[in-house]
Amino acid sequence: MNVKQTLDTKGLSCPMPIVKTKKAMDGLASGDILEVLATDKGAVNDLSAWSKSSGHKLLDHKEEEGVFKFWIKKG
Amino acid sequence: MVKALSAKEVAKRAVEGKMFILDVRNESDFKDWKIEGKGIESINRPYFDLIEGVEDVLEHLPKKEVLVVCAKEGSSVMVAEMLDEAGIKDVYYLEGGMNAWSEYLLPVKIGDLKDGGSIYQFNRIGKGCLSYLVESNGEAAIIDSARAIGAYEDFAKEKNIEIKHMIDTHLHTDHISGGRRLAEKTNATYWLPPKDAEEVTFSYEALEEGKDITIGNTKIEIQPLYTPGHTIGSTSMIVDGQYLLSGDILFVDSIGRPDLAGKAEDWVSDLRDSLYNKYTSLSKDLVVLPAHFGKISELDEKGAVQAPLGELFEKNEGLKIESDDEFRKAVTENLPPQPNAYQEIRQTNMGKIDPTSDEQREMEIGPNRCAITE
Repeated sequence: MNVKQTLDTKGLSCPMPIVKTKKAMDGLASGDILEVLATDKGAVNDLSAWSKSSGHKLLDHKEEEGVFKFWIKKG
Repeated sequence: MVKALSAKEVAKRAVEGKMFILDVRNESDFKDWKIEGKGIESINRPYFDLIEGVEDVLEHLPKKEVLVVCAKEGSSVMVAEMLDEAGIKDVYYLEGGMNAWSEYLLPVKIGDLKDGGSIYQFNRIGKGCLSYLVESNGEAAIIDSARAIGAYEDFAKEKNIEIKHMIDTHLHTDHISGGRRLAEKTNATYWLPPKDAEEVTFSYEALEEGKDITIGNTKIEIQPLYTPGHTIGSTSMIVDGQYLLSGDILFVDSIGRPDLAGKAEDWVSDLRDSLYNKYTSLSKDLVVLPAHFGKISELDEKGAVQAPLGELFEKNEGLKIESDDEFRKAVTENLPPQPNAYQEIRQTNMGKIDPTSDEQREMEIGPNRCAITE
């Protein structure tokens, strides 16, 4: 996957992962892919719901040793 | 200035007051489970749709007294501050979020016992779980304890009573029992029906018919009555000849579901026999005190859930099904979804797994879903 930028929100709790993701997304161009790292469990549901409601596309996500990774394509 | 509101305060308002709630969790979490109560009105708007500003939601909110709620607290503080800046008066956030709401226990006195002593219901309003404390002459038994045992410990300390018995009417599938842990802490005896305890990894006292449990010198008897069906071990308790603690067999508005331990078809006839033969032979004056409620409308003005057995035979649809076949269908088909993480919860209650307290909290999220209807 051609990741344009990686955002590390590990250790941050809700709402910060999404607030930071949103900010990072604002600086990208349509079609760019943002990788987000998070440790907050709530981020899984919230990032997918947020992507949908804000017109971005959550391409994939997975968990590796307690760290959630998300790849979101800017809409 | 936004203010924190504790789960205790919210419970009070849910039972007897008024509160407008802006729930900022995502839509699916809100649909699944939310704060309910006679005095509660709520709307949902996820916090991530409000990061840019709250203007769009203002028209749907009252001008004063709004409680913002989220899962853990963080997002509700953010949104509450934005509402405050936008001019709404008295904006609160729920301290500890839905986690705290799920764990809060509201103690309500149900009544006095004949030879002194009394019985209390601890209503876990956020999850619909009901537990009981029977006390007499400085001794107490706790039945179907919640995981958060602090409320019972505080209560016992305040009333200067010693917890002697921790009893579970069955192996729970919707919440993690605090029975074993509190028994260890207080040197109390932990009772469990042996047929539900075949795979447990710890020692316990067998809760069986014929083994009366006595509290205090005044001999308040707790008499077990074997009523299988929700689980194969499910046991009801009759306290002081007045109260029927029906566990997850009979609720005020519904009846227990037989499928959560994976044996619905096998246990249908047990459930039918418990409700339609064993319960019908009991005094109709017994006050039924179940281990759950399903709808917030089951709470009375004090926040208690109770009803005379005779009344339930007239009003509870689950007790009025005439044919065996119809009954089998009612308790095995079109059941609500299972409680969250119910398999893991059973394993935890058997002592087979030992999740961290954060994991346990996570496992218990959502409503109890132990009845055949929602």
